[in-house]
Amino acid sequence: MTGVLERIDEQVKNNRVMIYMKGTPQFPQCGFSGRTVEALKQIGKEFAYCNVLADPEIFENLPRYADWPTFPQVYIDGELIGGCDITLELFEKGELKKMIDKATEA
Amino acid sequence: MEPLNKSIQTTITEKLNQAFSPEHLEVTNESYMHNVPEGSESHFKVLIVADAFAGQTLIARHRQINKVLDDELHHGIHALALHAMTMEEWFARGSSPDSPECMGGGK
Repeated sequence: MTGVLERIDEQVKNNRVMIYMKGTPQFPQCGFSGRTVEALKQIGKEFAYCNVLADPEIFENLPRYADWPTFPQVYIDGELIGGCDITLELFEKGELKKMIDKATEA
Repeated sequence: MEPLNKSIQTTITEKLNQAFSPEHLEVTNESYMHNVPEGSESHFKVLIVADAFAGQTLIARHRQINKVLDDELHHGIHALALHAMTMEEWFARGSSPDSPECMGGGK
């Protein structure tokens, strides 16, 4: 299964901001994913997403990629910043915007 | 021997108490908010206030807690909302945020 971990690695490194979520930004299928993607949308910068419900291989393997057991997962500049609770807390403090601005201006 | 019928809620509470000696700990079963059978223990919210978290990033706090609850996360619970803060942060905030509504995609 090295293939899928490489695929994830490429996704998080080729996209400055990447979210793995249940559902899509338009139609989230989990409240935690919905709230998290809403924060990303409000920041207004481009981000990539992967619907883990539509990609069973990533659904199964993402937790071990970053040793993080749950969804959603948000990556900035190839690094896991956290799930729903952390992303929202950073958003409320204004730190998420700073992190994304920094990642996307480079 | 642990009793076989110990609830996941009790296990989570005991493990977190042991690992972090928190000043304050609330483990709430929020499964009723989701599309699971009555009495399920699938969705939890944890508010944990411990000075052990001082000086640690949020992700470091969550990683420690995930590690302590590794068994439960892999063999029982489906969702864990986690609010880990120090006493100072807790006083500033006043409460933990409400968890979101289910949107149907979970299993």
